Amino acid sequence: MSTESKSSIPTDSEIVFGILNNSENAIKRLYVAYFPMVMQLILNNNGTPDDAKDIYQEAIIVLYNKVKKGDFELNSKLKTFIYSVCRRLWLKRLSQMNRYGGDIHDFNDHLPVEDEVEEQGERDIQFTKMQSALQMLGEPCKTIIEDFYIHNRSMQEICESFGYTNADNAKTQKYKCLQRLKKLFFQQK
Amino acid sequence: MRDEQLIEAIERYLGGEMNADARNAFEQLRRENAELDTRVIEHQQFTGLLKQYGERVELERRLNAIHQEIDVHAIAEEVTVHPSWIVQLWRDHHSKISVAASIAIFAVLATLFFTGYLNNNNSYTELSREVGRLNRSTTDMKKDINAIKKGARVIAAPDKSRGTGFAITSNGLIATSFHVVNGADSIYIQDVSGRSFKAKAIYNDPQSDVSILKVIDTTFRNLGQIPYTFKHSESDLAENVFTFGFPQDSPVYGDGRLTSASGLNGDTLDYEISVPINPGNSGGPLLDSKGNIIGIVRAKETRLEGVHFALKSGYLLNAIKNIPEDSLTKVPVLNTENALAKLTRQQQVKKIKPYIFMVKVY
Repeated sequence: MSTESKSSIPTDSEIVFGILNNSENAIKRLYVAYFPMVMQLILNNNGTPDDAKDIYQEAIIVLYNKVKKGDFELNSKLKTFIYSVCRRLWLKRLSQMNRYGGDIHDFNDHLPVEDEVEEQGERDIQFTKMQSALQMLGEPCKTIIEDFYIHNRSMQEICESFGYTNADNAKTQKYKCLQRLKKLFFQQK
Repeated sequence: MRDEQLIEAIERYLGGEMNADARNAFEQLRRENAELDTRVIEHQQFTGLLKQYGERVELERRLNAIHQEIDVHAIAEEVTVHPSWIVQLWRDHHSKISVAASIAIFAVLATLFFTGYLNNNNSYTELSREVGRLNRSTTDMKKDINAIKKGARVIAAPDKSRGTGFAITSNGLIATSFHVVNGADSIYIQDVSGRSFKAKAIYNDPQSDVSILKVIDTTFRNLGQIPYTFKHSESDLAENVFTFGFPQDSPVYGDGRLTSASGLNGDTLDYEISVPINPGNSGGPLLDSKGNIIGIVRAKETRLEGVHFALKSGYLLNAIKNIPEDSLTKVPVLNTENALAKLTRQQQVKKIKPYIFMVKVY
């Protein structure tokens, strides 16, 4: 990572293509480029640096998913989009904490981004449920499920790393684990 | 077991691991069997969610890693509006200020330690009390020697109780509280310079708590013109008053205000005053700012702080009038010329000092 690329603000299309190509560098440049803007927004509206980090990362994830899904149209500037999402998220959090005085100190133009934020919120709920279901699942099920469904490892590899004598045993184990996980997941409110 | 195989089949189908024949057969089955179709969609959604969850976790990990490299503090500095120069000063120099403060605290502690201040304080105060006691016994001895030189009687035995009294005439009539001299075998009065004179009570009025003493010692000399006068009327509330007496070996001055025209439980004999008094003050004079005697200090309310009582001077004057004539060589004439009115408080106190006595009862 050269300092040059860090300091220069990347163009919007660079970022979009970077995300589509899973470029680590693109995300990093994006992150570095707009973080001060979000810090300014949050810190001057009753927030802490940690709040800024949470909000900013959530906004980046919104952008990332939107780009990956292919429905991000470059008809507005990335900067404006990120700012709008952060602003929306922060307003939501302020009202949750009862700290919102009905007035926010703005530093940029912003767009209506309610839909994106709502969608993200719903997905976050699903992910939280999944996370706690996996926690409750325990070992070795958690690792087996993660290896197979998330990290795309083959049954053969899993079989070896867990020391199962044959692949059938491992498959049975994986099946049981998945059933348990489903149960745990849907049990949650 | 059937269900397990079904899931496996669905996974192979979704994963594209089936060959063309098997795939067609499965799709055929799926079209015919709505239940199977639902299961396939369900499984696809759930594993999809798992997959997305995994991606999210990974993305968050990456973002956190990037965040680690950012100097959050510097950015925060940059984007916040600085409140004032003093905060700025603190931010810029807090390390230096901290070091300086630490050194200062250390230096103070070290100084205190080496000068022994932090050592046990008790021995220090005890010592001072010891010195005080030695001092006092030395002055007592001096006083005794002086008294012997002048031929006065030396009182060696310890006294039973003490109070205060004050001269009402220059030839040795002393007023005090009855409760001070009540039950006395013998009474001595001692002036500020330490000379003792034998006295006897010539009139007691237990009801209003007044006693008039007469000095019967032969070494007693005329006191000279009494500086204060006696007030006949009652004094007003909030009058600035003071007293002078012997709660300890040396005379103590105390002042305050006249707070009520009646004493404990509405007792009209007394004034209530806010002058701090202690045992030994009893029998002492209560004077107003002009130097009139307005009462005799006599009691305090033990359950309340700062509530003290003094007998009104009217009752003292009554008592003087009632002294039986056969115990007097001549009718007492009270002083009517006030020599204190225009003086400052310090001068007043200095002036009345020789006329106030410690009353020692044996």
